[in-house]
Amino acid sequence: MILSKIFKNTLLVLTACLILSACATKKEIATDIKGSMQGDVYTGTDTVEYLAEGVPDRVFFATNESILTTASRETLRAQAAWMRKNSSINVVLEGHADERGTREYNLALGERRANAAKDYLMTYGISSDRITVLSYGKERPVDSGSNPLSWSKNRRSVTVKAN
Amino acid sequence: MMKKIITLFLIIIPINSYALIEVDITRGNLDPLPVAVSPLSIDEKSRKSFEKVLKKKNIGVEISSIVENNLRTSGLFNPLSKKAFLQAPDIANLKPRFEDWSLIKAQALITGKVNYVDDKLRVEFRLWDVLAAKEMMALAFTTVPSNWRRVGHIISDKVYERLTGEKGYFDTRIIYVAEEGPKTQRVKKLAIMDQDGLNNKFLTLGNELVLTPRFNPTSQMVTYLSYFKNLPRVYLLDIETGTQEVVGDFPGMTFAPRFSPDGKKIIMSFAKDGKSDIYTMDLENRIVERITNHPSIDTSPSYSPDGKFITFNSDRSGYQQIYIMNNDGSDVKRISFGNGLYGTPVWSPRGDLIAFTKLHKGKFYIGVMRTDGKGERLLTENYYQEAPSWSPNGRVLIFYRETKTNDKGEGFTAKLWSIDLTGYNERQIKTPTDASDPSWSSLLSN
Repeated sequence: MILSKIFKNTLLVLTACLILSACATKKEIATDIKGSMQGDVYTGTDTVEYLAEGVPDRVFFATNESILTTASRETLRAQAAWMRKNSSINVVLEGHADERGTREYNLALGERRANAAKDYLMTYGISSDRITVLSYGKERPVDSGSNPLSWSKNRRSVTVKAN
Repeated sequence: MMKKIITLFLIIIPINSYALIEVDITRGNLDPLPVAVSPLSIDEKSRKSFEKVLKKKNIGVEISSIVENNLRTSGLFNPLSKKAFLQAPDIANLKPRFEDWSLIKAQALITGKVNYVDDKLRVEFRLWDVLAAKEMMALAFTTVPSNWRRVGHIISDKVYERLTGEKGYFDTRIIYVAEEGPKTQRVKKLAIMDQDGLNNKFLTLGNELVLTPRFNPTSQMVTYLSYFKNLPRVYLLDIETGTQEVVGDFPGMTFAPRFSPDGKKIIMSFAKDGKSDIYTMDLENRIVERITNHPSIDTSPSYSPDGKFITFNSDRSGYQQIYIMNNDGSDVKRISFGNGLYGTPVWSPRGDLIAFTKLHKGKFYIGVMRTDGKGERLLTENYYQEAPSWSPNGRVLIFYRETKTNDKGEGFTAKLWSIDLTGYNERQIKTPTDASDPSWSSLLSN
């Protein structure tokens, strides 16, 4: 009897903790959205510019990766929708890498990242004629810091209006 | 753009060849050979003539300083302080009093003479073995006065070769990228200098981003990547005439260019649709050949000195590793199997080693391995460094190193460094601006 009571109380406390910690995490994301990362992919908005309202101009990547995250795909769908509405606009996809890699490999990696974004835009109905890919490798960082957060902001593909 | 290199004439033939002093360069030399570099003697009339033409007070002293500096930076020699010299330069060149030189512990002595003859610079020099009291070598050069620096480098090469048994690397140049401005908006220009960091010249204006210049081993041509008109393409530059032309005009980015050992082809990467493959272009007939065909990134190709093999960098295993293959792209073999990522393989001019950049646990290393991937040796560890380039004799590597920035993103620098193959004698090569992507030329004279 007593044992089960203790057990029950413990369980209650545990549940409360879980709820609290869940709240804390959620709150953190909501308030500290600037400068946050998921894994090592940048999820903040510090450097992000907008092509139109609700259409962010860039997507971010994990170290050495060119895989699009769920958030990146959402951004690119918004870009595709915006491009479909503005059919005269062409874009350049500028692919970038962070500074922690050899220059030549990073040029190739930037090209691969921009192409990942291009392929996604194409599956959402944007003609390849409207998209140019340009890799800068690690030559044009947005953040000059030497830390994981800075590097995460620099691993990106930026959609830039070409006309 | 640049003056034609004037041919140098070697006149005097070595008189005697004794196997006397020898410098062992197979290991790191912790006990450099004490050598006395006596200032080249000069008569007053010649001195005044050169002062007028070259604006140098005493060209004999200037040339011997070049020799002294070269020998010191090689790490194999210890040039002794001139203050201790007992014998005047002109007398020493005629017949050194060996007791005087052995008293200051010199084992080798370099003496010489400069003359102004028919508007030309005539230099003779002698290398003496102090302990054996013998002349080891005597040579003379005649050239235009403006070539005086090169004369100093050629003397250094002759001395190095006579004492080590291997060719020198002093009469060479380095092409590199000069960098200025904030890290987020770097302005980059092609620049060239003598191997000792002097005679710096900019070859481009900085209007467009330029990267990875590499010398043609057989001529004064350079291949590099330029973002001219925002189209990253491989270019060719003749540094004597300043003529530039695009060679990698493919429908996409071409990058990572390098010459074949005979200087007739350029090997490079071509990136399209997220894949980078290796191609060659014959510079005579412009025929393009595809060498690799793989969905991965294949880049940083470099030929073996006999031109039969290519080493390159690929992430086909999932991460950056070093591979070798035949020059037609067949028989691809991975050779790097250590922990970490491997990039920028460059085949040694001697053929037995491949230098590389390695990234492991957040540190960057410059290292060498044999061509079968065995015998890996890491020469230097740092926050960031990459892109080794070999001296033409395969004894020294030059590379660039970047510094970490502080919390505010300040304090970024990029500098050129060199290190001996043994891992000893690491030193910075001073440049007027920040610098990266160095490439070492062949010997200008042979």
